[in-house]
Amino acid sequence: MTADTMRRAVDTPSTLRRKWAPPRLIEGTAARWLLTLAICTYLYLAFNSIDVNWTRVAEGLIRAGRLFEGFLSPNFTARWSDIQQGFIESLTMTVTATVAGVVLAVPFGLGAARNIAPWWLYGFCRGVIAVSRALQDIIVAIFFVAMFGFGPFAGFLTLTVSTIGFLSKLLADDIEEIAPRQVEAIRATGAGFWQVIDYAVASQVIPRLVGLTAYKVDINFRESSVIGIVGAGGIGATLNTALDRYEFDSAAAILILIIAVVLACEYGSGWIRKRFA
Amino acid sequence: MLRIEALTKRYKTGDAALRSVSLSVGPGEIIGLIGPSGAGKSTLIRCVNRLVEPTSGKVWLGEIDVTATRGSALRQLRRRIGMIFQEFALVERLTVMENVLSGRLGYTGFWASWFRRFKQADIEDAIALLERVGLIDHIDKRADALSGGQRQRVGIARALAQKPELLLIDEPTASLDPKTSRSVMRLLTELCSEHRLAAIVNIHDVGLAQQFLPRIVGLNGGRIVYDGPASGLTAEVLTTIYGEEDWTANAASHADEEATDEGAASSARLLEVSVGPKVEAAQ
Repeated sequence: MTADTMRRAVDTPSTLRRKWAPPRLIEGTAARWLLTLAICTYLYLAFNSIDVNWTRVAEGLIRAGRLFEGFLSPNFTARWSDIQQGFIESLTMTVTATVAGVVLAVPFGLGAARNIAPWWLYGFCRGVIAVSRALQDIIVAIFFVAMFGFGPFAGFLTLTVSTIGFLSKLLADDIEEIAPRQVEAIRATGAGFWQVIDYAVASQVIPRLVGLTAYKVDINFRESSVIGIVGAGGIGATLNTALDRYEFDSAAAILILIIAVVLACEYGSGWIRKRFA
Repeated sequence: MLRIEALTKRYKTGDAALRSVSLSVGPGEIIGLIGPSGAGKSTLIRCVNRLVEPTSGKVWLGEIDVTATRGSALRQLRRRIGMIFQEFALVERLTVMENVLSGRLGYTGFWASWFRRFKQADIEDAIALLERVGLIDHIDKRADALSGGQRQRVGIARALAQKPELLLIDEPTASLDPKTSRSVMRLLTELCSEHRLAAIVNIHDVGLAQQFLPRIVGLNGGRIVYDGPASGLTAEVLTTIYGEEDWTANAASHADEEATDEGAASSARLLEVSVGPKVEAAQ
């Protein structure tokens, strides 16, 4: 392109169009307004359908005030033996369920990685993972409480199932993204299948697996306090009892301890992840 | 020692990577495999240790038909063939020593390898190899802490730890600077003659190939178009392998990436000349 033709190209626009506006999400003007109106109408009706009982709000605010008062003066001593037992149960559930979950998640994770497993195993493992992830922990906990009765055993099973779902899915996805060259190199030495898994696959995914496990420990602890409310033992059960009896100072003590443990887990898992990177 | 007979590989996508390639490599012989990207160089060496399954044809290592083995027989065969990779393909998070010892996996039971309890003789050999390639001071460093040239030396030590009869070397210098490339090539050729190893070296750099490798095989479009001494790589021959280019302007320049099927230059050493239907006009 010579300088002359270049100048001409800049001077005269190639088309007659001179206006520009960004493209709209919905092109038709009428359709756009109609949709906006419909959404506004629905929101108006929806908000109006929520009954606000102002007397109950007032009572609630009083109770909220007492709860916060309790927070300012948490009572660790009044229900200490219950709190202690609840925490020991919760921590036991967390640790045992995480360990059992990891032990089971590794084979499911290997089976659910497309680059390692044959298609039938892949399908089966992905199916198990999908089911265990589809059901919310509280629903699983209700099932297990119904099956095995109240107590930490139901909680242990619930957390194990949720750990399998969580870890094996992330492990499988991670295995599917490993560097294939390293696998090729180990295969080329004449290594057997499990040696290839050990040297070429595990060494690539273990740091992330360790990090995820540490993360899952603190999720499991928080979960253990929630599923206690539906009867699966642990600190959740103690908290529920305290709230039912309007013992907000004891409830506050429990909440403070939960926050402390979660924070400790957070720091611990951060440290572990750094060490294994 | 290694005989390849009418080897053909067609990928699932329908692309023929190799079309009836025949080649034989004598004991202790090193050959350089050159050709444009996509000519089938990587596929060819991967068919030898069956990281890639050939579609048809045979590969003989000594008296064993490589293409017919499976399972543990195939793993035993792979122990005899060392492989060195372009991007080094070290296991990044393992230490230098673990990487070298992984060359012994084919000779080590699973639990022994799981607990990293290798045989004393294997450990001594690995240490000797690390001394030979000059990395003994880095023995417990993680592989990802090393420089490119050092990593390639670990890759070489890993391949030699297998005590192979044949080395398959895939673009050993493509990720290295010119000086390191030369020292790695020198090390490779020295080690091959020390251990009387046969080797196939895929290499992009024609100048480097001519400098270090006595016998050159040129591949284009999955066919062998040249097989002869490095001194026979004339401008005409290079045009047959890579396509039209002004080879005299800078004889040692990197090969042209484009695979064009043109130029029916005849030469006494040319085995086959593929003349494509589309002939692009020379610039």
